Amino acid sequence: MSSSTATQTYVPKTRVGKVTDYVDSRVGGSAIVKEFGRKIFPDHWTFMFGEVALYTFVILLLSGTFLTFFYDPSMAETTYEGSYLPLRGVEMSVAYASSLDISFDIRGGLFMRQVHHWSALLFVAAVAVHMLRVFFTGAFRKPREFNWIIGCTLLILSLAAGFTGYSLPDDLLSGNGLRIIDGVMKSIPVVGTYLSFFLFGGEFPGTAIIGRLYVLHILLVPAVILLMIGLHLFLVVLHKHSQFPGPGRTNTNVVGYPVGPVYAAKAGGFFFIVFGILAAIAAAFTINPIWNYGPYDPSPVSAGTQPDWYIGWVDGALRLMPGTIGNFDFEFMIPFPWGTNALPLNVLIPALVPAIILFTLMFAWPWIEAWVTKDTREHHLLDRPRNAPTRTAIGVAGVTFYCIMWAAASSDLIATHFMVSLNDVTYWLRVLVILGPILAFMVSRRISLALQRKDREIALHGRETGRIVRLPHGEFIEVHEPVDDYKLYTLTSFESPQAELPTPDKDGKVSRLDKVHGRVSRFFFEDRVAPVTPRELAASHGDHHEEVAGAKDREAISSR
Amino acid sequence: MADSSHGTPGTTVAVGSTGRQLDEFDNPGLPPHRPRLADRDPRAEKRAERQVALLFAISVVGTLLFFVGYFFIPLDQTIERLRLQNLMLGLGTAFAMLGIGVGIVHWAKTLMPDHEVTEDRHDIRPESDRQDAEKIVNDILDESGIKRRPLIRNTLLGAALLAPLPAIAIFRDLGPLPGNALKETMWDAGVRLTRDPSGTPIRAADVTIGSAFHVIPEGLNEAEHKLEEKAKAVVLLMRLDPNELNPSPGKEDWAYDGIVAYSKICTHVGCPVALYEQQTHHLLCPCHQSTFDVEHEAKVIFGPAARPLPQLPIEVDDEGYLVASSDFQEPVGPSFWERG
Repeated sequence: MSSSTATQTYVPKTRVGKVTDYVDSRVGGSAIVKEFGRKIFPDHWTFMFGEVALYTFVILLLSGTFLTFFYDPSMAETTYEGSYLPLRGVEMSVAYASSLDISFDIRGGLFMRQVHHWSALLFVAAVAVHMLRVFFTGAFRKPREFNWIIGCTLLILSLAAGFTGYSLPDDLLSGNGLRIIDGVMKSIPVVGTYLSFFLFGGEFPGTAIIGRLYVLHILLVPAVILLMIGLHLFLVVLHKHSQFPGPGRTNTNVVGYPVGPVYAAKAGGFFFIVFGILAAIAAAFTINPIWNYGPYDPSPVSAGTQPDWYIGWVDGALRLMPGTIGNFDFEFMIPFPWGTNALPLNVLIPALVPAIILFTLMFAWPWIEAWVTKDTREHHLLDRPRNAPTRTAIGVAGVTFYCIMWAAASSDLIATHFMVSLNDVTYWLRVLVILGPILAFMVSRRISLALQRKDREIALHGRETGRIVRLPHGEFIEVHEPVDDYKLYTLTSFESPQAELPTPDKDGKVSRLDKVHGRVSRFFFEDRVAPVTPRELAASHGDHHEEVAGAKDREAISSR
Repeated sequence: MADSSHGTPGTTVAVGSTGRQLDEFDNPGLPPHRPRLADRDPRAEKRAERQVALLFAISVVGTLLFFVGYFFIPLDQTIERLRLQNLMLGLGTAFAMLGIGVGIVHWAKTLMPDHEVTEDRHDIRPESDRQDAEKIVNDILDESGIKRRPLIRNTLLGAALLAPLPAIAIFRDLGPLPGNALKETMWDAGVRLTRDPSGTPIRAADVTIGSAFHVIPEGLNEAEHKLEEKAKAVVLLMRLDPNELNPSPGKEDWAYDGIVAYSKICTHVGCPVALYEQQTHHLLCPCHQSTFDVEHEAKVIFGPAARPLPQLPIEVDDEGYLVASSDFQEPVGPSFWERG
């Protein structure tokens, strides 16, 4: 590039070459191509969830930008004069009227609204499923802890983006959603009322909230999301992608396809596939038909309404919490020298406690697990979920906790749909939200351990072929076929940490923290299944004659 | 695992040591590459090539379909036409995108090399880099003199801590202070109960046993802050057999001949308590299913609400219309700290 050191200045010959050289000599593209052109990315179908999240975000930016050209975030009163006849002449906010115009009078507007809404639903889902993949495979371990934190932040931001957008049409449904937010906010001790008045610019609903949510929705939240995505991808490149264990894969290499051409083609093509699927959904399935709900009015409400799926768990928690148990009242009246203050725990607890539990555990998990395992090594090989039974079980318990609250958001629909008592549905879900996670923990840990034992059996005794053979002395056996070296390696190349007992220090004392650590370590690793070792495999071949017989059997078949 | 055939504890070393297991299988290396059909058979290769081109052609058709929907399906204010246009735009876009996407992926999977490649990972932070960086940071700190001049450092710290405070304070005017706004509504002695949303007054004689009215105060529709006032003042009016009501002492005259009025704003988080079960005299909030018993002063009998719905004391004026005898005696709607 620099002509001063080169004896001969490079002279491009073709037209494309000239343009490329012009740009390259000014931005240093050659170095970028050298670094990334053939960079290796491991391939696995579960790695696509993060891609889906990224692509849906791009689609959100594209469709959202279109919508901003027609949407007017004003709560001023107007009379609707657009094409949707049932609402003609109805008083409503300009925001709602412009949302109706987008749906009925702008060609392609309804399509863009539906693409935007469906993408938002898929975006949050993809972020969530991507995080579950990262959690269950242990991809958050060193050196990727900070990227896990960035991911957790992105999940919260995606919820914020979804919620701020959900309220913008200013229809009856989203207005009632805001009303609930207002009620939850007012329950916060000391500052709650002020927060509500500051957010709404006075009393609910006021005339400020839509404009404020709009700025958050189209400027602040997406800007921070973009920043976080940038950091997230930077760290992915820096760490290089993790990979599943298997033949040829080690903790110090990365096996996969080069960016150019295969990986770029697959990942790039996948963007169009995601876009295409979303377009097909938006073409065929109505989402949020705001014209059915009418403008916001504090008096009417429709029964059987549901929030967008990702808010459901908080709504469900609000439903599950009893306001009173017997004579015990969850709304406390606290006497102070200056008067009595109200502390409505029946709202505060469900609105905050589950979220605090889930998000604290989520953010802290890499360090919690590192403390339990006392493990300071880098991990670039993923765990198969079954090979980390306790982590997997804790994850399943968390998912169960979440899903039961989510189900509770549909308690009225469950009751009407299955014709059972609404009260009974709530009572059962109240029990399940406590018991469910515990049961899920126990059952899923047992399943993990059972799957590990099955792996051992396959490694030791081979695959069941389903062929029954009669031996010369009359015994019937089923032929087992030993697995090949590659499969054997996949089944046996995992670590199975053992419970660590606390070790006394030089004075022979065990600190309290060490004792706690010992107990937690036992809880994590007491039940374990060790991988098959070559020694065990050799011994099993001596003990069991199926394989031998099977081998003879095969010889017999092949010699025929 | 007591059963030793399921793994003998002790075959692995504790984590945190070398990390290598003493007795494990050797990594057999990458499995041999399996050639695809298109790698061996030129006809399959040609076929795949044609399939990719066909998929790209489908994309072109999709784009055309979009334009047909956009320009040749005029909207005529009917939902059916809108649906049709939406379907054509959507399917057109879907085919346009899926054609390209599936085509490229098919191309990559059938025709591009599928040999897995191994690349070494590098240290995220080589020790030599760390030493260099440490030296650079020390040099920077030395040259800045921030360690040698604590006066500068401390005043800067103080200034930097204070400087962001105006950025917080400047948001004070986002909204007014609550004041008494949450404790007062439009209701007052003599304000007529009117139908929501028409605003026509209600005669006591119109309210038959078993009926329920959605009620707003007279003059609400002309109020300056209509929605804000409505969000506090909406009321549900029901008539029961007077014998079924169980008013507490001092509230006997809050009802009129079995007609009672309760705030429609749920005491949980503020949804309208819109469902009246005529037979059981229960009010149900459709948002979170709080249930209130009208026979017992709207006390909570189920769900997350903790307080009864506030009752609006009512009477009848000279012309036989229902009027409020006063404002609510307690704040309506969700609880808040200052509610007391």
